[in-house]
Amino acid sequence: MWKKRISALLLLVLAFGVGYFTYDKKEEISKFPYRLGLDLSGGTHLVFQANTADLAASEIPESMSALAQVVERRVNLFGVSEPLVQAEEGGTVGNKEHRLIVELPGITDVNKAVELIGQTPTLDFRLVRPEVEKMTEQQKANANVNDLFMPTGLTGRYLKRANLQFDPTTYAPVVGIEFNDEGGALFAKITKENVGKILGIFLDGQPISTPVIRQEITSKQAVITGDFKMDEAKALVRNLNYGALPVAISLVSTQTVGATLGEGALNASMNAGFIAFIAVAIFLIIWYRVPGIVATVALAIYIVLNLALFKFVPVTLTSAGIAGFILSLGMAVDANILIFERMKEELRRGLALPDAIKEGFHRAWLSIRDSNSSSIITAIILYYFASTPVIKGFALVFGLGVVVSMFTAITASRTLLMAVGAKGESKFARFLFGSGITK
Amino acid sequence: MFIVRNRKFFYTLSILLVVMSLTALFIWGLRPGIDFKGGSLVEVEYPIGSRPSTETIKANLDALNLGEYSVRETGESGLLIRTSELSPKMHEAVLIELSDKGIRAEEKRFNSIGPVLGDEALQKSWISVIMVLVAIVLFITFAFRKVSEPVSSFKYALIAIIALVHDVIIPAGVFAVLGHFAGFEIDTLFVTALLVILGFSIHDTIVVFDRVRENLRRNREDKQKKSFDVIVGESINQTFVRSVNTSLTTLIAVFVLYLVGAEATRHFSLTLLIGIFVGTYSSIFLGSPLLVTVYKWQEKRNK
Repeated sequence: MWKKRISALLLLVLAFGVGYFTYDKKEEISKFPYRLGLDLSGGTHLVFQANTADLAASEIPESMSALAQVVERRVNLFGVSEPLVQAEEGGTVGNKEHRLIVELPGITDVNKAVELIGQTPTLDFRLVRPEVEKMTEQQKANANVNDLFMPTGLTGRYLKRANLQFDPTTYAPVVGIEFNDEGGALFAKITKENVGKILGIFLDGQPISTPVIRQEITSKQAVITGDFKMDEAKALVRNLNYGALPVAISLVSTQTVGATLGEGALNASMNAGFIAFIAVAIFLIIWYRVPGIVATVALAIYIVLNLALFKFVPVTLTSAGIAGFILSLGMAVDANILIFERMKEELRRGLALPDAIKEGFHRAWLSIRDSNSSSIITAIILYYFASTPVIKGFALVFGLGVVVSMFTAITASRTLLMAVGAKGESKFARFLFGSGITK
Repeated sequence: MFIVRNRKFFYTLSILLVVMSLTALFIWGLRPGIDFKGGSLVEVEYPIGSRPSTETIKANLDALNLGEYSVRETGESGLLIRTSELSPKMHEAVLIELSDKGIRAEEKRFNSIGPVLGDEALQKSWISVIMVLVAIVLFITFAFRKVSEPVSSFKYALIAIIALVHDVIIPAGVFAVLGHFAGFEIDTLFVTALLVILGFSIHDTIVVFDRVRENLRRNREDKQKKSFDVIVGESINQTFVRSVNTSLTTLIAVFVLYLVGAEATRHFSLTLLIGIFVGTYSSIFLGSPLLVTVYKWQEKRNK
């Protein structure tokens, strides 16, 4: 008996420890803070579609990570705390799309944000296609840019820096660019193999300069002589220095939530969680008495374990995620109810109380396993086929909840129930462990 | 036994509800939100008491040539505008028009989803629904692989699926009605709610079936010669309190979420409320009695 009581006590102490860990003290900065989604903290979530049609499949991953880096540098300029920039694969089967997700907490002026990222130029170098020479002037005039030029793989991601220069003869402003080592080597190779051909310099998909290659260039340097005005050249230099995009991007989705709305949603969600817990606890205690109290304690342990997981994993909490948690809170009791109902039956069949408890747990396990499996399957499928981060967040919290509930309902409640140590055969003891309206 | 004996009544009730839901779905359909069809949604709030009338706003917005759009009042002093996808420039223009004659509209929320993403969300939603259904059929067939008497394990799965379809069609029907009369739109969260209902309802059905499985075994071991419908009836009775209680705790939690939770999940919790309620009903009053019906059909055919 004492052994059981000590393990129950240990469990409670442990739960209190975890509970203390999950309690966020406002004045201190926690090592593991809760991570709030933009719908709760306020901010902007942008999705850009990357135009990867011109790239070979093998180049895409590298280009996308280069793209993410450039955009991140841009976003950091904006002074956002903890921005998130991440490349993502989307699209449906057989039609892969490459996207860039940008999350800007605290920023609600979408247009400013979009403009800032949108200003990032795409720079790339393209060679004239060999078949262009055979075209008539008429055909050339009608041809699409992509029919005339082909990509060389040399893009803005190989850029080291840009600076403002002046043409030595005309004094017109020009933009000098310098490649990094990798880019320099590529540039040398292209110029070596294509002497006499036109190498177009494209900015945001438009040719701005189409010089003829005279010789191999090994200096890693090039000059863009557009018809620039002074301030245009300056702006281009600045934008190129902040980073040029290796692939063109276009905005496909925007979501902005104002800070007040976010805070309101957070408070409402937390209230809902708290009230839901109290309401479920009241029901459990009235209906199941002593086991009900045990189930309530198990439910409290369930909650702190989940909260601790949210901090550790960490899980980004959104209102949908919290809804998933509240839902799982209602369902977590399920296993307990299964066990208690079973226990009651065994009692009725004339088993002694401790045996009834044992049997109850033992027999209910199969049902608990089978019935929770279906929820876990649903959560996994939802997670992998989630079309939005909202759904992904929900699926993660819901799935975690179901798994944790299997542990708490079984291990925690059994330990506690055993420790309560009912050996009484009195009517009163049976009443305490009975439920509902027993005859 | 009451439930098994009166199963025809419960079947009729369910069929009636399903037919009504299907009719609503057929006539009005579900209103896809911007998650699925793409578009923009702007929510603004005015200082209390200074919200311009929707007519004024409409008159202002008409000048922008937005195409089809709608203006709806929300809360005490907010407005919700739905349009086709807005470019950043048009978005700015809309915000200027919303601030009527010096009354500043504060933007609380702006969502914009391109049609490509919408199509993709729709496709992914269908994939997940189909995957969940297939996974559940496989799972039940697996879980009941040892119970093929007197009804084959495949039939257990089939009946569970009938119950599932019932549980999903009814909330969908309710949303078709609400969509028509109250402008409720469905989004990816709605689909998620339906999938959760699938998981939950099967959860309930499995518990009852599981008890049938156990009682069948006991019946064989103890060499009692109880008939199949008696066993099913007893199984329902034994799991009745449990089914109702677990659903009750979940319903309590979801109901609280509906009442005080975040606005963003209100429709989601409503869908869950309806679905879980119907799901509990179907596992008690539809799933298990159907086992008896299927069994009786088999008997007849074997004679």
